[in-house]
Amino acid sequence: MILQINSVTKNFGDFTALNKVSIQVPENSIFGLLGPNGAGKTTLIRIINQITGPDEGEVLFNGRHLHSDHISMIGYLPEERGLYKKMKVGEQALYLAQLKGLSHHDARQRLKKWFEKFEIEGWWDKKVEELSKGMQQKIQFVVTVVHEPKLLIFDEPFSGFDPINVNLLRDEILELRKNGSTIIFSTHNMASVEELCDNIALINKAEKILDGPVKEIKRQYFTNSYQVQYRDKNGIAFQMTEPGFEQLSSVLEEDICTATYRLPASKGPNDLLAVMLPFVHVVAFNELIPSMNDIFISTVNSVNANHILES
Amino acid sequence: MNKIFLIIQREYLTKVKKRSFIVMTILGPILMASLFILPVYLASRQDDKQLISVLDETGLFASKFENNENYTFISVTTGLKEAKETLMKSGSYMLLHIPVTQLNIPDNAIIYSDKQPTLNLKGYISGVMSRELEKHKLAAEIRNEILRKTPGYKPGDDTTSVDLMSETILKNIRTDVQITTYKTDKGGTEQKSYTEITMVVGLVASILIYMFIFMFGAQVMRGVIEEKTSRIVEVIVSSVKPFQLMMGKVIGVALVGLTQFLLWIAFTFIIITAVQAAFPQQFKKTQTEQTKIAGQSIALPNEVAPATPNSITANTGNDELNEVFEAFSSINLTVMIIAFLFYFLFGYLLYGALFAAIGSAVDNDADTQQFMLPVTVPLILSIVVAQTVIQNPESPLAFWLSMIPLTSPVIMMVRIPFGVPAWEIALSITFLILGFLGATWLAAKIYRTGILMYGKKSNYRELWKWIRYKG
Repeated sequence: MILQINSVTKNFGDFTALNKVSIQVPENSIFGLLGPNGAGKTTLIRIINQITGPDEGEVLFNGRHLHSDHISMIGYLPEERGLYKKMKVGEQALYLAQLKGLSHHDARQRLKKWFEKFEIEGWWDKKVEELSKGMQQKIQFVVTVVHEPKLLIFDEPFSGFDPINVNLLRDEILELRKNGSTIIFSTHNMASVEELCDNIALINKAEKILDGPVKEIKRQYFTNSYQVQYRDKNGIAFQMTEPGFEQLSSVLEEDICTATYRLPASKGPNDLLAVMLPFVHVVAFNELIPSMNDIFISTVNSVNANHILES
Repeated sequence: MNKIFLIIQREYLTKVKKRSFIVMTILGPILMASLFILPVYLASRQDDKQLISVLDETGLFASKFENNENYTFISVTTGLKEAKETLMKSGSYMLLHIPVTQLNIPDNAIIYSDKQPTLNLKGYISGVMSRELEKHKLAAEIRNEILRKTPGYKPGDDTTSVDLMSETILKNIRTDVQITTYKTDKGGTEQKSYTEITMVVGLVASILIYMFIFMFGAQVMRGVIEEKTSRIVEVIVSSVKPFQLMMGKVIGVALVGLTQFLLWIAFTFIIITAVQAAFPQQFKKTQTEQTKIAGQSIALPNEVAPATPNSITANTGNDELNEVFEAFSSINLTVMIIAFLFYFLFGYLLYGALFAAIGSAVDNDADTQQFMLPVTVPLILSIVVAQTVIQNPESPLAFWLSMIPLTSPVIMMVRIPFGVPAWEIALSITFLILGFLGATWLAAKIYRTGILMYGKKSNYRELWKWIRYKG
C-alpha cells in the first residue's frame, strides 16, 4: 500500500467535508476516486497533498505519516488548474519543477525530454496566453509528472482535451503505471474509469460508500442478467414462461427482438438458452455486466434514499 | 527555505521586467526632480523686494550683507526690544538679530518674522556669516601655525609658507551657523518655529512610505488575485505552504519597491545635476568649501589679519538646492535613514500581508472594495493627520498615532526630524513589529483558506470562519 488513509475526518466550521473516510491505494495501480460534486473528493486530495490537514485520522505514505519530504514524491494536477498567463512557458515550467524540488539543471533536462516527446519544443519561449486551452493542458500535464513522482493525482484530467489528446493522455497515464507510478484518478467520466482503473472508492456526502477492485465490484453488482437478440420461429412471438426467469425488457425492431432476462442464482446462461432455443433463432447473446455508471448512480441513489428515510 | 527564495525570485523578476515598472521608474524621477527644481525656479522669479532689519551686536556682519534684487538689508542700532517693536510698524520683512556670545565668536543668529523666511534667504545669511567667521578663524589659524613653525616671525617676512590644506586647519575653521527662527504675530508673542527643511524631510519621508505602501500593497493584492483567477494557486500550494507563497510574494514585491526607490533616487540626482548644468544661472553652485580653492600652499600675505585670498568667492544668488542638501545634515541623518528604512519596511510588510489576505478573499478586483476600506482608512487618516502633526509634533494625538502600528509608519516619520525621545521610538518599533506579526498571522489564516475558494462571494462573517478553521 503506497497510501493509507485511516478514518480521516475534516470539518470546516459546522460543515463536515469528510467523515471517517478510510482508503487504501495499492502501489503501481490506478485508483479511481469517484463521487458526486461536493462529496469531499477535493478535500481528500488536498489532504493527501498537504494543502490542508485532517482534523482526525491519519494518512500514511509508504507506511510513514505524511511529511513535507513527501511533497516531491507526489504530483498533482488539480481540477481548477491554470498557469501564469504573462509568463513564458519554459520559464514557468522550470519554476514549477523547481518548486517540486528539482535542481535548475535537472529540471531543464527533463523538461526538454518531455517537450520533445510531446513535440512542443517550439512553445518554450511563448507566453502562456498565446496558447490554446488544450496546449496549456499539455504543459500542465508535463509539469505534473516532470519530477517523476511515485504518486500522481489527476483531478478530472481529461476535461478540456480534444479526443486525440485524450488518447495521448490516456496512453501516458498507462505508461506511467507501467513504469511503476501509482495514480489516483478523480473523474465523473465513468467510461474512462472502467477503462483505466484497477480499484475505486466511491464517496458520497463526506462518507465512503463503496470501495474495492473494479472487477470485484462489478461481480458484486452482477445480477445474473442476460441480453438476448433473436428472431421468432414461424412468426409466433416468444413468451418467457419459465418460473423464476424474469423478463426485464423486450423491444422489437424490424424482425429482431432484443430482450433482457434475470435468472435465479442457481441458473446460468445455458439454462436460458435451453429454454429459448426451441422457439427462437438466437442472433446475439450477452452477459449484462453492470457499467460503472449504473453502479455509481444506483449506489448513490440508494444511500441518499436511506438518508432521507432516516431523517 | 529554498522554495521561498524561488518564489521571491520569480516575483521580483516578473515584476521588474514589466512595462509598468519601467515606465514608473522613468516617470517617478521626473516628478521628483521637478519637485526640487520648480520651487527654485519660482523663487528665482520672485520680484518684490524684501526689507530686512539687521541688529548686529557684534558689528562684524552688518556691512557684509549685500543688497540684491530681492532683499535690502538695513542696519539698526537700537536695542532688541525696540527693534522688535518697530519691526511691526516699519513694514520690514523680518528682523535678523546676531547676539554677542561669550566667546565673541557668534555662530548663531535669530530671525524674528511674522512669515517663514525662505530657505533661500536663510541660506544666504548663514553663508555670509559662516564665510565671515571662517575668514577670521583662518587668519587666527594661520597666525598660530606660523608662530608654531617660526617663532621669530615678523610681518613682512614672506619666506614661510603654510599648508592651508592641513587637516587641522580645515577642521578648525569649519563653521556651521545655526539660525533659529521665531515667528512673531501681531500681538508680539513669539513662538519657536521649525525650519521648513525639518518639515519637508518628515513629510516627504512619510508621503513616500504612504505611497509605497499603497502602490506595492495593491500590487501584492493584484498578484494574489491573479494567481487565484488563473487557477495556478492550487498547483503551487501542492508544492509550498500557503504561508511561504504569501510571504514570498510580499517580500518579492518589497524588493521590487526598494529597487524602484533606489533607481528613483539615482535618476533624480542625475536629472537635477543635468538641469543644474544646463541652467547654471538659476542653479548657481556655491563653493561652500572656500578652502578648497586654496589647495596649493599659498605664500603668506603681508598682513595676516584680513587674510582674504581671492580664493574666497562672494556667494550670492540662488543656492537653494545646495541649501536643501546641506540642511539634511542638520537633522540627525543616521537616525532618519535607519528609521525610514525600518518604518518603510515594516509598515509595508504589515499592510502587504493584509492586502494579500484581501486578495485571497475575492475573485476579482471589483470585489475588493468592501475589504479595502478598513485597511486603507488608517493609512489615509495618518497622511491627513500628518499635516496637523507637523504643526504640533509633540501633541498627544501625534504620540498615540505614532504608537499604533497601522498609523505609526507615516506619523513617526513626520515626527522624527523634530526629535523624538528614544523610548518613544523604541516603543513604537516594538508595537510595529508586534503589529506586523499579528497581521501576518491573521492574514495567513485568511489567505490559506481564501486562495482555494472559487466563485464564492465572501463577507466578513465568512472571513471570521476562515480564521477559526484548523490547519
